[in-house]
Amino acid sequence: MSASRPMSASPMSASPMNASPVRANAIWRIAAAVALLAVVAAVPLTSNVTLVHVGVFVLMYVGMAVSWNIFSGFSGYISLGYAVFFGSGLYTVAIFSKHLNLTGSTVFAFLPVGAVVAGVIAIPVGLIALRVRRHTFVVITIAIFFIFQLMAYNFGFTGGSAGILPPYLNWDPNTFNNPFYYIALIVAVGSMVLAWGIWGSRFGLQLRAIRDDEDRARGLGVKTMRVKLIAFVISALIAGVLGGLYFYFQQEALPEFAFNPFLDLTIALMVFVGGFGTLWGPVFGALLLEPYLGYAQLQISNSYVSEIVLGGLFLFVILVLPRGILPTAREKLTALRAGQQRRSAAKGASPPSGMTASTVQAGSGSPSTGSMR
Amino acid sequence: MGSRLFQALADGVLGGGVYGLMAVGLTLIFGVLDIINIAQGILVILGSYLSYVLWAHLHIDVFLGLLITIPLMFVLGVAIQWFFIRPLRGRERTSMSLLASYSVAIIIEGLLYQVFGSNYQSIQTKYFTNTIKVFGYYIPYIYLYGFGLAVLFVAAVYYMLYRTQFGRSVRATMQDQTAARLIGIDVNRVAALTFGIGVAVTAAGGMVYGSINSFSPNSGADLISRLLAIIILGGMGSIVGALGAAVIMITLESLVDVFWNPNWSVVVFYAVLVLVLVFRPQGILGRKEARAQ
Amino acid sequence: MTLLRAEGICKAFGGVQALRDCSIDVEEGSIAGLIGPNGSGKTTLFNMITGYGRVDSGDVYLNEKKITNLPPDKVFALGIGRTFQLTRVFHRLTVMENMIVAAHHKERSGQQGSGRSLNPFARAGGPATRKRAMELLEFTGIAKLAGDRAETLSYGQRKLLELSYVMIADPEIILLDEPAGGVNPTLIGTIADRIRELNKQGTTFLIVEHNMEFVMGLCDRVTVLDFGCPVVTGPPDVIRNDHRVLDAYLGTAEEDDDSSAA
Repeated sequence: MSASRPMSASPMSASPMNASPVRANAIWRIAAAVALLAVVAAVPLTSNVTLVHVGVFVLMYVGMAVSWNIFSGFSGYISLGYAVFFGSGLYTVAIFSKHLNLTGSTVFAFLPVGAVVAGVIAIPVGLIALRVRRHTFVVITIAIFFIFQLMAYNFGFTGGSAGILPPYLNWDPNTFNNPFYYIALIVAVGSMVLAWGIWGSRFGLQLRAIRDDEDRARGLGVKTMRVKLIAFVISALIAGVLGGLYFYFQQEALPEFAFNPFLDLTIALMVFVGGFGTLWGPVFGALLLEPYLGYAQLQISNSYVSEIVLGGLFLFVILVLPRGILPTAREKLTALRAGQQRRSAAKGASPPSGMTASTVQAGSGSPSTGSMR
Repeated sequence: MGSRLFQALADGVLGGGVYGLMAVGLTLIFGVLDIINIAQGILVILGSYLSYVLWAHLHIDVFLGLLITIPLMFVLGVAIQWFFIRPLRGRERTSMSLLASYSVAIIIEGLLYQVFGSNYQSIQTKYFTNTIKVFGYYIPYIYLYGFGLAVLFVAAVYYMLYRTQFGRSVRATMQDQTAARLIGIDVNRVAALTFGIGVAVTAAGGMVYGSINSFSPNSGADLISRLLAIIILGGMGSIVGALGAAVIMITLESLVDVFWNPNWSVVVFYAVLVLVLVFRPQGILGRKEARAQ
Repeated sequence: MTLLRAEGICKAFGGVQALRDCSIDVEEGSIAGLIGPNGSGKTTLFNMITGYGRVDSGDVYLNEKKITNLPPDKVFALGIGRTFQLTRVFHRLTVMENMIVAAHHKERSGQQGSGRSLNPFARAGGPATRKRAMELLEFTGIAKLAGDRAETLSYGQRKLLELSYVMIADPEIILLDEPAGGVNPTLIGTIADRIRELNKQGTTFLIVEHNMEFVMGLCDRVTVLDFGCPVVTGPPDVIRNDHRVLDAYLGTAEEDDDSSAA
């Protein structure tokens, strides 16, 4: 006699026992997701250039937040060096475009190159950085970030502080943003699917186990270095693509923008706000924060104030909502529901069912818990 | 060549002493609270600005001004720890406190930008312009006094740690927080005061730094990166290590600066860090900890 | 036949000699107990056997094969499971996911079919693994918590989880570090029953415990450790009445008391 709950924490699986209601549920979810996707994809058709422009940034941040979370959130190793790979991808595409004098849609063909270069760089960086304890790890990522920024300033082929400009793209300014929007959308959705796939996979489980107790995981046979490194490289690959995309979008490669110290902080903040280490947290955080941050940057020309706001926000989130909005909200909801069940059970004649008792005892233990991670 | 070498070495050792002072504060905080205070860099700069204000607007001698800035920074340090670090709980305290101190750092940086703007300042005192000639090279007095100050403060920290009751509590907390609590040490108080001390020394460091270099709110980032590299190299939590690593690294950078290319000296700095960590992840004097969290 | 044997283990931490010339052997199919006052080196011995630390000298043999100083994952793969005094479970993962992580190396050795073991993106835990996991969880009585996060479990339930996930690798011998420590009395009885049951099915046990009733009622043979050195070994009745055991726990008395009390 096995439990009647779905056994896996994967959001879309269903045990054969409860096929009908769970499968119907899943169908509704997929339908909603597709509808949402259609709406988002239709935005460029509105011909509202500003909206699309903002949309590109929002989508890029969704992609960055999700890919950052795939490594940092799942493994628990907070990295402040995402910008290293973003910038590497950016400069790779910049250098190629300059030397090959790329124009037209061939520019996008080199995005994968940017990704590959970033990924290749991630391997030695990861091998060095992942050998140390967690807080030393953060510091190393910071150190490596500065090394890269300095290299961008000092190397000849990166153009030094003058940077690199792309060959002129003779595109209609009304639709200029559109290809960027779609690519950013593809990357964002792709990252989310990837994150979801990793979550329920053996690889992802091992990664999450590493976050909880790395030594125990290693003692049980998990190849921790390999697992961490793979996640690190995956994160870097996506960063590289987005960096390359950003180069063409901004039409320049400058050390302080390609290797921007606030990028990592902003991404980390979004992920923490939404829910560090969860599946939907990064998405939620990016969607919530980027419109504001983007707007703030445009309106408040004084970037120092936005700096203070960023820091203040981060502090607030860390101190008040350390687990992020989504997990905290879910906990409150579960507690509420448990309270209701308790009250109705106390009132009603029937004794509390086994489910209720265990819900009350276990707190947040419910099968749907898996879906929001 | 000889005098250039001497210049490089003098810059390195003397400068290293000052960096060592700032690094000692950072490593002390790590040793006791197990957190990395990313705000240390910008707090140094804050110290520089405070000394600057006292000197430029109130014409107070920079060394005397320390009597004001040090207590101020101490109180600030205690406040930061009390309000922003202490409330953090849970399994990922260390990572969270790192992010919290990072947030505090950028808030302070933003405030400094608001108040002082982004222009570079410097404290032009007679200590800098007056020099003493040693081996054909002119050393500004500030270097010597700064080094002396650093030695004085490190000695004071040592004295505090090894000769006072409070210092004993600090060392006990460094070794085992739970055990310390069990024997009646108020760990919260120790943590707050240690953080305050760690930050207070930055006031002195900031004064010297600001008297030698020109600074802006932007300087904090570069500074903290170096300080972190120094304490990791020396072994986190080790005061001797921090001092030694500071002198070695700054001297190395100075040598590269003079004999090779100033643009690359900073890269060498970090490259050394990375190299050391490849072969010895715990730093030179660090303990080989179990990789719990 | 001796399954596990430690011979002449010495281990010092700084100035403290935790283990001195410590030897122990465990018969296949038995439940062996390891008792001794705090600081006598019991957990250190466990750590040495399971690879959580290197011995200064001495050797460990499994089925007469030397396994000294092998890292923990190799020791686990060779068939020695181990639980910890302070339970180590993966708190953010569900109970079932905890089980799957521990089954990892079994899956890798191709027991689930070759395709699965090569593909890291395969779903975590194949049907065979999950079935076995549920069986074990039902056996230990926490099956209804399979979908709950490990951090929501009570202390006693976590001990059962740790036992379960160590079991999923089908170890030959399990080293239990204070399985009854801090657990409520009814649950202790359950744990003892489960151990007996597993033992009947062929698993050997070596148990460190302070709970005398637990040890004496469960173990075939008990070794007493004092100051890192085995003092006496034998069946529970003999141990119970040996004055050296009392000496170890209570210290030697000034006068020779009548120390035959159990």
